[in-house]
Amino acid sequence: MAQGILVFIEERQGSVKKASLEAVAAARRMADSLQEPVIAAYIGSQAPGAVLAHHGADRAYWVRHPLLESYSPEGYTAAVTQLVRLLQPRILLGAATAMGRDFLPRAAARLRVGLAQDCTAARLVDGAQLECVRPIYAGKAFARVRFAAAPAVATLRPNVFSLGTPDTARSAETVDFQLDLAPEQIRARCTALAASGGAKVELTEAEVVVSGGRGLKGPESFPIVRELAEALGGALGASRAAVDAGWIDHQHQVGQTGKTVSPTLYVACGISGAIQHLAGMSSSKYIVAINKDPEAPIFKVADYGIVGDLFTVVPALTQEVRKLKSQ
Amino acid sequence: MKIVVCVKYVPDTAIKVKIAAGSRGVDLSDVSLVVNPYDEYAVEEALQIRERLGGEVIVLGAAGDKANAGLRTCLAMGADSAILIQDECMESGDSFSTGAALASVCRQLRPDLVLFGKQAIGVDNGQVPAVVAELLDLPHVSAVVKLEVDSRKFRAEREIEGAREVMEGSLPAVLSAQKGLNNPRYASLKGIMAAKKKTIEVRTLNSLGLSADDLKPRTSIEEATLPPPRPPGKILSGDVSETVPELVRLLHEEAKII
Repeated sequence: MAQGILVFIEERQGSVKKASLEAVAAARRMADSLQEPVIAAYIGSQAPGAVLAHHGADRAYWVRHPLLESYSPEGYTAAVTQLVRLLQPRILLGAATAMGRDFLPRAAARLRVGLAQDCTAARLVDGAQLECVRPIYAGKAFARVRFAAAPAVATLRPNVFSLGTPDTARSAETVDFQLDLAPEQIRARCTALAASGGAKVELTEAEVVVSGGRGLKGPESFPIVRELAEALGGALGASRAAVDAGWIDHQHQVGQTGKTVSPTLYVACGISGAIQHLAGMSSSKYIVAINKDPEAPIFKVADYGIVGDLFTVVPALTQEVRKLKSQ
Repeated sequence: MKIVVCVKYVPDTAIKVKIAAGSRGVDLSDVSLVVNPYDEYAVEEALQIRERLGGEVIVLGAAGDKANAGLRTCLAMGADSAILIQDECMESGDSFSTGAALASVCRQLRPDLVLFGKQAIGVDNGQVPAVVAELLDLPHVSAVVKLEVDSRKFRAEREIEGAREVMEGSLPAVLSAQKGLNNPRYASLKGIMAAKKKTIEVRTLNSLGLSADDLKPRTSIEEATLPPPRPPGKILSGDVSETVPELVRLLHEEAKII
């Protein structure tokens, strides 16, 4: 009988990803209604930290293996699927990060079960069945997904599920897991990390995103938008028009063929609001638009906006934000 | 090198989405279809590899009845031949069942490389490349932005949060392409004419030797909905000396986000 919720924990550069803790917290909320355990699946060379327990894990299975020192889809798939076979959870969760989106579908296929990718909601229905909601058509629609068999596997979109309040009094048992893995089973692996196109704060994980579009008229104007992003402690985004014009690296592109972001605050500067751009940011909690065209479609989705020349409005806004923050 | 590129025919990104009758999906009856933009990077990469190392490029699709035109476009870009797995149930499958069908054809073809776009516009799952790799027992790398390949091994760079992961591995392998990998060529008039003489082999599911159980979807969509409409916002106009402080006040006191 399938029991419990297994959560894959991603760690980068020695820290557990916030998105993985969000998945643990989401698992905790569901497990409480089931009265079943939340188990963390942790791969690492140092023991899993107490933070997993603080966010709701009852137990952490620690997988350490020399072949897992670098990331590989096959190695990580082996670790997670062997844990599933041992623990028989009813649900397997992970964050929909680059890593989660990469290897968890492989793990689901190995287990011959389905996976709901990049979910924005997850809940139990009919007592103990997982039901997820995920965006389709880049968020222009939503699909409610159910699963044919256990474990139901889902990756959760970062920045959407509440972390909750960590309970520092909680503790979790750590169990060592012996992984069965041979070198010939890993035929592609990470051998190095290289610098990317320059993003300092990752767009898909940012609380605040400030984007520039065609209204900037040229690459030399991006610093205006960058300064507002920095004043707000956010990441820099861009519309496809700006990227295609060569004004900024496509790492910053927000939209249907760029990144989908779900920040608390999205500020669109000189962006008209084409359907494809909206698809990438419409799940933002608050949208602010600055555009000199009062008819720009972006104003239809904005919560707040200023009709005006961004070359005067944006620097003034940066100054006003800095003033507020220094108080 | 034998390269198979899996290609999907998808709704154009500009469409306004309507929910289908029955509310279990999006209404695609009146929608213009295009080759999935991410798949174009995969086709282009295959053509460039063939130009360097020789070999053949086969495009593979799985669909109800509409995908021929998409495969014909890829043949016009320069692919050598095409295979279409044609069955109505491909329209209602999920990533698992689609992957099972594609993998069964790839298994028969025994390619050195299977290329995909990183995800299909529309369902946006990005799972099928990993499913196919697992079912074929091959290594995979997804969201590749840079690729070097020879007859036995590859070096790929893929985007992760704030960095790029360098992945190295052996062939045969399954790779999925991300925007930025290359600049897909347009089909030339010459290519379009030549494509008319190239074959699109149609295969049915029966010919794949898969059981009904192999092809059963593992997930189902219970309902498709449009997002709730956003209420109208507070749009300010007037002098910067008034609108900017007012905006900051609203964000601070009303929305409480700064």
